[in-house]
Amino acid sequence: MTIIITSLLFAAILGALLALIIGAAAKAFAVEIDPRIETVTDMLPGANCGGCGYAGCADFAKAIVGETVPPTQCPVSSPEDARRIAEYLGITAEEKEKAVAVVRCSGGRSTTLRSPYNGITDCRSAVVVAGGAKGCDYGCIGFGSCARACPFGAIEIRDGLAVVHPDLCVGCGKCVDTCPKNLIVLVPAFVDVHVYCNSPEKGPVKRKVCKTACIACRKCVKAADSAEQMNIKGFLVETNYSNPPLPDLVEKAGCPTTALRQASRHAAGEYEGVSK
Amino acid sequence: MSDKPRKFKGGVHPNDSKALSAGKPVQDAPLLDKYTVIIHQNIGAPPELVVKKGDVVKKGDLLAKASGFVSVPLHAPTSGTVSLIDKCPGPACVSVPAVTITADGEDAWGDCLEPIPDWPNTDPAILKQRVADAGIVGMGGAGFPSHVKLSPTKPIDTLILNGAECEPYLTADHRLMLEQAEDVVLGAAILARILGLKTAVIGVEENKPDAIAELKKLAGKYNVTVQSLHVNYPQGAEKQLIYALTGREVPIGGLPMDVGCVVQNVASAAAVAEAVLNGHPSIERITTVTGEPLVNPGNWRFRLGTPVSKAIEMAGGVSVQPAKLLLGGPMMGFAQNTLDVTVMKNTSGILLIPVETASQYTAEPCIRCGRCVEACPMDILPATISQAVENERFDWAAQLNVLACIECGSCSYICPSHRPLNQQFKRAKAEIMAARRKQQKK
Repeated sequence: MTIIITSLLFAAILGALLALIIGAAAKAFAVEIDPRIETVTDMLPGANCGGCGYAGCADFAKAIVGETVPPTQCPVSSPEDARRIAEYLGITAEEKEKAVAVVRCSGGRSTTLRSPYNGITDCRSAVVVAGGAKGCDYGCIGFGSCARACPFGAIEIRDGLAVVHPDLCVGCGKCVDTCPKNLIVLVPAFVDVHVYCNSPEKGPVKRKVCKTACIACRKCVKAADSAEQMNIKGFLVETNYSNPPLPDLVEKAGCPTTALRQASRHAAGEYEGVSK
Repeated sequence: MSDKPRKFKGGVHPNDSKALSAGKPVQDAPLLDKYTVIIHQNIGAPPELVVKKGDVVKKGDLLAKASGFVSVPLHAPTSGTVSLIDKCPGPACVSVPAVTITADGEDAWGDCLEPIPDWPNTDPAILKQRVADAGIVGMGGAGFPSHVKLSPTKPIDTLILNGAECEPYLTADHRLMLEQAEDVVLGAAILARILGLKTAVIGVEENKPDAIAELKKLAGKYNVTVQSLHVNYPQGAEKQLIYALTGREVPIGGLPMDVGCVVQNVASAAAVAEAVLNGHPSIERITTVTGEPLVNPGNWRFRLGTPVSKAIEMAGGVSVQPAKLLLGGPMMGFAQNTLDVTVMKNTSGILLIPVETASQYTAEPCIRCGRCVEACPMDILPATISQAVENERFDWAAQLNVLACIECGSCSYICPSHRPLNQQFKRAKAEIMAARRKQQKK
């Protein structure tokens, strides 16, 4: 009985002593943290996607509170979220245009020529052995390196082609760096008309390997409301993102290869099997 | 040096299948009406084009001039007209610029380089310039400009000629050593003079006894040694060959000259002899066209720019549908997706693989048996590096010396789980080099 009492007493005294030491140390060596950082972190999406250029949401919050970056640099937060953070901190935040990713290729398994490939099913591994498995040197390889990199599940691999869902994409740009063919670009989200082709080759060369390549026939350039809305660069047409065309251009132009598409309808798969 | 065959540690023993074409003498390929010559045939800077569409060229005329030190000129394979300068399929399944020459059928030599019959008394610098002017590259497969290797910045005491030809199926170097032994040995003597050496050693795998005997007959005349090597893949890899012949190990990230060696391919040596004695640039090479599906496999002397489709026609076409077309040997060759690709200075073989041997496997998890570690001739740890690459830990892969990998494919060959080790290492090397270039730019 005495053994139990002594050991209990001893443990209690020791515990109390250590608690005192820890308590004193915590006071003496306390690290000053701005409480606002935690609040701002909570107001951020918490996806830790890195789209802002920082290691994660907490790191970014630190930078916002330090007033080195505006909260709008977070590509995921809606403008309202960013404004709320700005109001909380008493700073002004400039509105930032929302961006989305576009994979500039429409050559799926059924529309492009392919050679058999039995290696690692990863785009960055495929390019080191034979430049990918598709006939086109410039197109989407379709093994989904970008889809795996996307923290928001906005990229779908359909028919061997990476397709961005503009409603899910927040424009963080993570996929841009993973694509070994440099196919993915970030464009303003309000533009819906894009040219889904990246091959600088001549029209007949492209058509030989892909049914949906842009052959620079200029139909869309002529159909546009003003000449500057679609730019021709070599054998490829490009949407002018500073003066974009209206979505109805796709209907009006009647692109013979369906390389000109609306991002939303492309994501819904409405162009599949259209081109002959 | 003793007569006992030399070897290195590691390596694998694939079925060599050389009997298909080893007994077939080299034939001169008939003149075609069109040659599509790929401009960039060497490692280093692509040469600069000096002809334009419509130009009339003679055989051996300059098509493109060297655009730097690590670059070689390109010459016309026959006389005719430059009919097209456009892209054509390259050996890495990506389109590359090429010059198409429509032959006039005369096949007449143009103003060639001056022959140097008195080479033993010629300034080595002039001989070296000749090697550069003739556009000679490593014809074993890499295509590294020969004159660059002949300009070492460190003292050299050994010149090695690589006649190992360890890749299964290939017999081009074998036939060359057998039929043009004098050219090979002469080329060795000229290369030795350029390097200021008295002697050279030719390493040949012991599965080519006839070639060894032929070379040994001439060895005394030109003061070179012939050394037989153990049959073991990759015996013909530069670093493994140096180890087998001299016992020296090239340090990681180092070059053969760090251990006082220069290695040249036997076909390159024969090309050097041709360039010095006859003044002919490098416009043709011996290539093995082989594989079980072919009716009549053999060895041909092709002009640069001969389409693979024509080469297969010359070999009698195919009796059964092949599964795969490779440029080079089965271990390190590149799979092709078109027959329009053309013969280059480093095309040692055109290989058709039948369906049975091209059987494709699914990669299984690593069972940590360690066979890849035993097989690796570079003494790195393929299994561990594979793990690093699968987790995209390229920093870790770099620490494990993945950059020392020579991509010989021994690990992929031996792996009982059929893991794509070689491809993973290729990717790791590409990623690490890209990251380093990025770092340098900053």
